[in-house]
Amino acid sequence: MEHLVEKLEQALLSIDRLSARRVMEEAHAGMQPMAIAEKLLVPVLERIGQGWEEGRLALSQVYMSGRISEELVDTLLPPGHAHRKKQPRLAIAVLDDYHMLGKRLVYSVLRADGFDLLDYGAVNVETLISRTKADNIQVLLISTLMLPSALRVKEVTGGLKKKGLDTKVVVGGAPFRFDEQLWQEVEADAMGRNASDAVAVINNLGGGVS
Amino acid sequence: MKGEEMTSLERVLTTLDHREPDRVPLFLPVTMHGAKELGMSIEEYFSKAENVVEGQLRLWKKYQNDCINATFYAPIEVEAWGGEVIFSADGPPNSGRPFIRDPHQIMDLEPPRVKETPCLLKVLKAITLLKERVGDEAPIIGIAVSPFSLPVMQMGFDKYFDLMYDQPSLFQQLMKINENFCVEWANAQLEAGATAIAYFDPVSSSTISSREMYLETGFEIAKRTIARIEGPTATHMASGRCLPILDDIAQTGTAIIGTSVLEDLTHMKTVCKNKLVVLGNLNGIEMRRWTPQQAETKVKEAIEKAGPGGGFILSDNHGEIPFQVPDEVLSAISTAVRRWGRYPIAVN
Repeated sequence: MEHLVEKLEQALLSIDRLSARRVMEEAHAGMQPMAIAEKLLVPVLERIGQGWEEGRLALSQVYMSGRISEELVDTLLPPGHAHRKKQPRLAIAVLDDYHMLGKRLVYSVLRADGFDLLDYGAVNVETLISRTKADNIQVLLISTLMLPSALRVKEVTGGLKKKGLDTKVVVGGAPFRFDEQLWQEVEADAMGRNASDAVAVINNLGGGVS
Repeated sequence: MKGEEMTSLERVLTTLDHREPDRVPLFLPVTMHGAKELGMSIEEYFSKAENVVEGQLRLWKKYQNDCINATFYAPIEVEAWGGEVIFSADGPPNSGRPFIRDPHQIMDLEPPRVKETPCLLKVLKAITLLKERVGDEAPIIGIAVSPFSLPVMQMGFDKYFDLMYDQPSLFQQLMKINENFCVEWANAQLEAGATAIAYFDPVSSSTISSREMYLETGFEIAKRTIARIEGPTATHMASGRCLPILDDIAQTGTAIIGTSVLEDLTHMKTVCKNKLVVLGNLNGIEMRRWTPQQAETKVKEAIEKAGPGGGFILSDNHGEIPFQVPDEVLSAISTAVRRWGRYPIAVN
């Protein structure tokens, strides 16, 4: 498996779709689609995310790797496929902003891991709370770029509690990276430092999701 | 001049010459705080050149800043292109839904003419009035978003990456249009009285672009653009990393590099020695909850690392101080730089 991980990482970082597809086909010869997502794609995206975290790789590479991985998984497990992960019920949103890149990165990684998740786009506090309630969301992922939006997450967490919901809130984005105490200040349940953190964070929260 | 009080402009010019002035210069990029000074909303504050002039003059005196920020808000440039700007009560005006919604719009895209665009004329008026009041006492800093970074607001970051990778000819066309606009905008600010232009280029940062990609794109664009800007420039990565490309940045013709808090100032200073002045890198996001004592400690640390030998300007790491940063923290930073930033540096 390790040689496949390395080959796929190289293909993704070189934005070489053809080679990436060949690696997937090689893996598919002996593995089920969901195992490919979990044992091949996610470890590669985690390595790439770690590379960005350490300053060795660039966001453009993270973005393209996620996009290609998502395309690859969609051929193996089309949206809505019976084997896609439906639990926990997930949704992702950008709060009070039109900077969509962070959300897109996380969305790609989660879809590459076989999750189906709702994408709320750019929403305000009230809309986010009401949609979370209506869709009975268990884990809500919120991406922000600007500090005021990050601070406004507290209105979301407070609003969800007021409605009696026990939705877990995961935050990510620049303000949380530059102030490591901020996620606790806004009463989130967890933060992701990069897009590929999302899988581990959701798995860790899994135990607490009823 | 050593040991004597210099004017802010003298202090900055000596720093740009990679020599030690009387003390480390302080660039506090306070923009929205002017609204607080004048007791008005952020939206009202930025609606008139006269407000920004008055706000900046008050902030200059209050924090004994070594520069005047003629900056209004970053998305004023997309406003000029017909894009939407969203004002908020407690943060910087933000760009709204991108106005390039289909990449093919780029084929017919026309840049705004600077001297016929009301929002840009408002900035030029503010610069002219500031220059009348400040003269040569302190540098007035204008701002231009780089042609390579402007598309994040013009079309959205993900769509821009898609354009770069999937439609290179449309990408090149957009760069050509943006370069002409950036040069016209920067030169208009210099003509109005700005001393230098902050060339904001976060997409070129190593956080966003690999060096290979930068050399093919942001680097060439910066070289061409900066060569046509008729005054000094300071390149700013707006919190992004830049260590892997510092030698390349030095070749673009810029004089100053704004550095991220994610990078070590000692290392930055060593690599930049005699090539680029280091600007940075206090954490503006964390600053919101610093005590005055913590602010002093952070200033001391930065000065100890990057002050000796000159070539260093103390600033934040992003290029704009968040509205939530309290006045007492900004005052503490200002006091600390006066206390610990005097040359020769002796912070212990």
